[in-house]
Amino acid sequence: MSTPPHTDPATVTAAVHAILHDHAGLEGPLLPVLHAVHARFGHIPPEAVPTIADALALGRAEVHGVISFHHEFRSTPAGRRVIRLCRAEACQAVGARALAAHARDRLGIGWNQTTEDGAVTLEAVYCLGLCACGPAALVDGVPVGRVTPGTLDQLVATA
Amino acid sequence: MRVFLSRDASARALGAEAVATAIRAAAPGVELVRTGSRGMVWLEPLLEVETPDGRLAFGPLAAGDVPALFAGGVPGAGHPRCLGPTEDLPWMARQTRLTFARCGVIAPLSPDDYAAHGGLTGLRRALAMEPAAITARITDSGLRGRGGAGFPTGVKWDTVRTAPTRGAPSRKYIVCNADEGDSGTFADRMLMEGDPFCLIEGMVIAGLATGAERGFVYLRSEYPDAVAVMRAAVVAARAATLLGPSVLGSGRAFDIEVRVGAGSYVCGEETALLNSLEGKRPVVRSKPPLPALEGVFGQPTVVNNVITLASVPAILAQGAAGYRDLGIGRSRGTIPLQISGNVRRGGLLEVPFGLTLSEIVDDIAGGTASGRPVRAVQVGGPLGAYFPRALFDTPFGYEEYAARDGLIGHAGIVVFDDTVDMLEQARFAMEFTAHESCGKCTPCRIGAVRGVEVLDRLAGGAPGQEALLRDLCEVMAAGSLCALGGLAPVPVLSALTHFPQDFARERTAA
Repeated sequence: MSTPPHTDPATVTAAVHAILHDHAGLEGPLLPVLHAVHARFGHIPPEAVPTIADALALGRAEVHGVISFHHEFRSTPAGRRVIRLCRAEACQAVGARALAAHARDRLGIGWNQTTEDGAVTLEAVYCLGLCACGPAALVDGVPVGRVTPGTLDQLVATA
Repeated sequence: MRVFLSRDASARALGAEAVATAIRAAAPGVELVRTGSRGMVWLEPLLEVETPDGRLAFGPLAAGDVPALFAGGVPGAGHPRCLGPTEDLPWMARQTRLTFARCGVIAPLSPDDYAAHGGLTGLRRALAMEPAAITARITDSGLRGRGGAGFPTGVKWDTVRTAPTRGAPSRKYIVCNADEGDSGTFADRMLMEGDPFCLIEGMVIAGLATGAERGFVYLRSEYPDAVAVMRAAVVAARAATLLGPSVLGSGRAFDIEVRVGAGSYVCGEETALLNSLEGKRPVVRSKPPLPALEGVFGQPTVVNNVITLASVPAILAQGAAGYRDLGIGRSRGTIPLQISGNVRRGGLLEVPFGLTLSEIVDDIAGGTASGRPVRAVQVGGPLGAYFPRALFDTPFGYEEYAARDGLIGHAGIVVFDDTVDMLEQARFAMEFTAHESCGKCTPCRIGAVRGVEVLDRLAGGAPGQEALLRDLCEVMAAGSLCALGGLAPVPVLSALTHFPQDFARERTAA
């Protein structure tokens, strides 16, 4: 996948400084700062880490430790369509295991991977609170209930 | 003429946005109010039509149903798709909606709607009371933590009220745990999306009771709709002086910041959550010190679940006795049951404690969606026990479940039919724990990985694995630092104990 043009190091540093400025008044601002960086770039560019660490008087290892702890923070860009598929028990009770197997087969990728053409990123998620209408997914942030293999195929085809 | 349609994530997941668009096209003169959910997820998208005698229910609707539905104008009681008055539907009629009284009824972000439906009554009472009197009333109500631990809320608040602050910043905090990560639970999400001011009011009352002027709502990122509603609600609450330097003109200050998690189950554990708020890697902390004495930024901190805090306004408004008189044993008041998985009717039902699992699963939920027999029910999230039908007489209460080696957790009830493989479910509990372990303590970090391995060997027919599994579970239960490793054995051992046939794969000697 080609690197989007806005992720050159100078752009990242400038954007991160602006984000740090916007979060200056918060207590314990690291997590909101990381979210803002993630939202801006679709991932947390590695070159953002030293800038954040310096500004918040943290070690790079501390910032890296928080980023790597959380399943949601990516260090590389996602595909054009992000499908977050629930793997938890309530969805298992209505066929989520088979659905997950279908998704991986159809896309030819594992969890938290992106198809080679950059179309689809498949992420595992453990409960979306849509347990009474499972199997559930979050597709580019939009909730989808009673997901079938057909629904998934359509989401992939239109990505 | 007004019609109402839920904007709850579950309604949206089932096509509510397309239904809304279709209604606007088919009936442009009709006022469409977007609400939270009534909790009847199997009827979503559910349209309600206002009449002088209450609201009429139509659902579940697809966008394609809308032109015909509105062909003769706004549909009434005589329309063949009408289910009758919403409040008369059996699911609604058997509830005692105190915490969820407004959910699905009002426009969630309208302060006027909120006040017109009983909102702010509790807060106005609290503003006229001494802090100690507020905590005493909460203690009298019998309210216990709805996140699962069941600690008496009033006692926790009183500890924070009397606790000294430590150094700078010299302040106390109210932290709302909205990191609702348990599979099968969505009460926090529905409340925040459907009646966010109720949570805010509860947090302000907690602030008045303890002397805290700052609050955090720690909300999981898997709930983007709830995040959007809560953020908008905080802005609207400031404009309505429900939050700010002088709450309702009282001169008392309280404000809230919404913080979003980033996909970590263990952040629902209160000390990991506090570390996350501080910007640290969210590993759990050893207790003591209790968060009530040394919580976020080292200061006295109330950490309560969404439903705990959202239950407070009704208790203040209606008095402690009315709440305490509901329920069974030491489980007082109401509990929002969340029924999901393989069920005909799934959703949220707020009732006094005490319903048996059989009443919930067979009667209210109507059995499985697949039509096959119910085999197992997991109560209380991924760390809750799997109960077989033999335990369906268990009344819903903290102690009643504990007595049967289970837990009510956050009151999620997940139903499985007879196609479920309980060894797979036990394996998943260990796999999930390994995935989500913060890594601080060895029994959880290593134990969960070993648990998956033992179960895989057991599935392959290797001998002697059950004894090893029971031994491992004992170590994890006794030696883990927090509930994640400590309770992971609950689903595993319940599956093993109640469904031994699924584990009997040992190779017989040839």
